[in-house]
Amino acid sequence: MREVDVKLIADAVADLSKEANYFLGDDVDDALKQGLEQEESPVGKEVMNQLLENVRIARDEEVAICQDTGTAVLFVELGQEVRLVGGDFNEAINEGVRRGYDEGYLRKSIVKDPLERVNTGDNTPAVVHTEVMPGDKIKIILAPKGGGAENMSALKMLTPAQGVKGLVDFVVDTVSRAGPNPCPPIVVGVGFGGTFEKVAYLAKKALMRPLDQPNPNPFYADLEKEMLEKINKLGIGPQGFGGRSTALGVNIETYPCHIASMPAAVNINCHASRHAEKVI
Amino acid sequence: MEPKRIAPPLTDEDVMNLKAGDNVLISGVIYTARDAAHKRLVELLEKGEEWPVDLKGQLIYYVGPAPAKPGEVIGSAGPTTSGRMDSYTPAVLEYGVKGVIGKGARNEATRKAFQDYKAVYLAAIGGAGALLAKVIKEAEIVAYEELGPEAIRRLVVEDFPATVVNVAHGNDLYEEGRKQYALD
Repeated sequence: MREVDVKLIADAVADLSKEANYFLGDDVDDALKQGLEQEESPVGKEVMNQLLENVRIARDEEVAICQDTGTAVLFVELGQEVRLVGGDFNEAINEGVRRGYDEGYLRKSIVKDPLERVNTGDNTPAVVHTEVMPGDKIKIILAPKGGGAENMSALKMLTPAQGVKGLVDFVVDTVSRAGPNPCPPIVVGVGFGGTFEKVAYLAKKALMRPLDQPNPNPFYADLEKEMLEKINKLGIGPQGFGGRSTALGVNIETYPCHIASMPAAVNINCHASRHAEKVI
Repeated sequence: MEPKRIAPPLTDEDVMNLKAGDNVLISGVIYTARDAAHKRLVELLEKGEEWPVDLKGQLIYYVGPAPAKPGEVIGSAGPTTSGRMDSYTPAVLEYGVKGVIGKGARNEATRKAFQDYKAVYLAAIGGAGALLAKVIKEAEIVAYEELGPEAIRRLVVEDFPATVVNVAHGNDLYEEGRKQYALD
């Protein structure tokens, strides 16, 4: 067993909160540049230039790319040979979020109760997904998830008879209905298979995969490309003002499912598709 | 096309000079309000009570800014999705607000309200909060401080860039732009 003090987890989460909000990943930055090259609309081009300029300012000045610094969503891969010491794992994560969002001048966007809507004041609690894995390391991915794009996401319990067409139609329709709202050009995370709750998790997890890394299964890699082409024919364009670049990428994650089911979920991310990771 | 310059408070004439697709540069004072502040403002209207700040003729910017770093005026400050304010906007425009700044589509009732009350819906670039913060020269909370990022702030802006989506004439930039570039 390897002992790890949970303080290290809190420190890592604090750093990741800032890093993810200031520095957009190279894969997304490259996709924005590629989108700019392919954009036919003059207004769309101007928007893409401003988004790239915004990314540069955030990086150089270490300020938030977007004022919506999101719900802190964490994916933790916890090695089964790790023994956590020094405190409560979940509290360490929230302590890290609290510190990172305070020190990083990041917005506190969480309300304590969905109806009473009183701000918790420190962006906690985080949403944490923990998976136990072989090994003695802890991998932490932190993804600040903005509300505007999250609100445009959808889940549907498709039936097996609907097949691949059912999935493609659902994904493209969801993006079409979202229109200008989720800050296009967007990144589309698709969960496919599993159960009602698993498919939503898969869709979120799909957003963590770099845009230049297709699904390892060639069938789904092709499907990602097909969906992206269809989405970019919708005409929504950068910020919804009309144009070619509606999405920067589509990532699909799949899981086996029940003989009766074919769940699908679409988690939409804005162009600021933010996530940062660290291994302890 | 040269952007049109506007400076609140706006008159009916200022609004009628704008059309969907125009780029504008806003200079002067604008006020922030998003979900929670709208809820309170519309409750005051329903009770026939005064607003904590007079917004007749003014522009409301749908934003919940990030905190300012030391020495800065404001943190990242881009627009939030406007559709969530649809249920409040007709009442806000009836009160006398002449325009709102946000991002994303409005419902039919809200678009009609922009026509009925001669008001304008402007879109700022969503997710360009670091860039937009540069044109904000002053920021102070004027009401509902307890709402944190959702408090009403008075901002002084210089050449704040936005695009006209809906205005009194009834066109919609999002619909027109999308139609122009849709394939199949």
